[in-house]
Amino acid sequence: MDEEAAKKKIIETLEKKKGKSKFYLKDFYKMLPDEKNRAVKNLVNKMVREELLEYWSSGSTTLYGLKGAGKQAAAEHED
Amino acid sequence: MEFKHKTPLIDQLETGPWPSFVSDIKREAESRRKNERNIDYQIPADVCEDLLGVLELSYEHGRTHWKHGGIVGVFGYGGGVIGRYCDQPEMFPGVAHFHTLRVNQPSSKFYTTKYLEQLCDLWERRGSGITNMHGSTGDIVFLGTTTPQLEEIFYELTHNIGQDLGGSGSNLRTPSCCLSGARCEFACYNTQAICHALTNEYQDELHRPAFPYKFKFKFDGCPNCCVASIARSDMSFIGTWRDDIRIDQEAVKAYVGGELKPNAGAHAGRDWGPFDIQKEVIDLCPTGCMRWDGSKLEINNKECTRCMHCINVMPRALRVGQDTGCSILVGAKAPILDGAQMSSLLVPFIKVEEPYDEIKELIESIWDWWMEEGKNRERLGELIKRQGFQKLLDVTGLKAIPQMVKEPRSNPYIFWKEEEVPGGWKRDINEFRKYHQR
Repeated sequence: MDEEAAKKKIIETLEKKKGKSKFYLKDFYKMLPDEKNRAVKNLVNKMVREELLEYWSSGSTTLYGLKGAGKQAAAEHED
Repeated sequence: MEFKHKTPLIDQLETGPWPSFVSDIKREAESRRKNERNIDYQIPADVCEDLLGVLELSYEHGRTHWKHGGIVGVFGYGGGVIGRYCDQPEMFPGVAHFHTLRVNQPSSKFYTTKYLEQLCDLWERRGSGITNMHGSTGDIVFLGTTTPQLEEIFYELTHNIGQDLGGSGSNLRTPSCCLSGARCEFACYNTQAICHALTNEYQDELHRPAFPYKFKFKFDGCPNCCVASIARSDMSFIGTWRDDIRIDQEAVKAYVGGELKPNAGAHAGRDWGPFDIQKEVIDLCPTGCMRWDGSKLEINNKECTRCMHCINVMPRALRVGQDTGCSILVGAKAPILDGAQMSSLLVPFIKVEEPYDEIKELIESIWDWWMEEGKNRERLGELIKRQGFQKLLDVTGLKAIPQMVKEPRSNPYIFWKEEEVPGGWKRDINEFRKYHQR
């Protein structure tokens, strides 16, 4: 799968999710089962740099979500 | 000085004989109020006063008023910043945002005064002025700033002080090492060099989350384990030697005769009586591999487990061997999914020499396995327990050997049980919201 198609797949999958807005890295592996995990990790981090996704960190664990999704931004006075 | 909030409960913490963090925060609050150096504070000048206030309220209510975790960070980094917010921002506006920054400490925590001044000046101006030197992982911890300051602090750290952020979240955490040969004759390898080299080599893993959970390296120059790598790191590198402990028989006699003080005089504050080598060294050897006949000390080195006791007691007489390197152990952790674990021995001996290719190969083979098989929030030690040490040997290509034995485990942590907490884990959300805003 080329990079643009993979990004589209990730965004579409995240947009369909109801209830949850933050996901573990392993959830992204499942979205692109044919890709190597390391490649998915690199792509997801690239999508953060491109501001398509954003990190959410508790300090001990890191999750990823669509930028601005969920109530986090409002709760943190970021919007 | 009269502060913004009355704090009778936390004031009690100042009455003990020990140093008090409350006094420290008050001192900083007073300094910010007076601002004798005319600092152009970029976050509220009364941040420390509000910090004292929210802490007092937490003591009053018996529960926290902090919310931790968040989306805050610096651009392109998935670690180094831990979001923290107060759930009573109207009452304590100075700490409405109170984010933590982890700053990667220099190897062995050696600083120049100028460097420390630069850090402190930056943090006075753009943060609360409160630091934690150092956090458990070893980082320099900056406690409390607002979201708009994060990029500014990062810019100044990297451009003016030549300093990077440390690790947090599901990243490689800031590698940490002991004082090594800089201050210690027991060091069996240069912990500072490898700590620095691997920090640079694995920058991507340090700053961009790649793992199921945290991953820690720690480097101890000898089995005294001054950075406690065996208890606190997923991969512990502990200095050791393959040949014999070097013995200076004349110095042994000097200890026995009282000319040299045992433990380099470390316990000299009390009269322990004359040094008794049989009682204090020979009988305490865990493997019973030492003998003293009144004139000569003998060690059966094959039986030595590198406990370091005899060397620590008689450092002028006994020295580590000359064929030195490290042992690599894996899987230590504090309890989260599973109980606390100490590291288990994986590589009994390896030379520690630049460019560390063999060590990097081992690290990466372990990471590949853990990234593939590790569950969310599962540490390496838990994966080893779940899939077996044998599986680890498969993925690293190492052969099983007798040295790969487990130590007896014990759990040093205390966790509350539901029945021990009034009201259990369930709470009335409406009652909670009366005191804690969303």
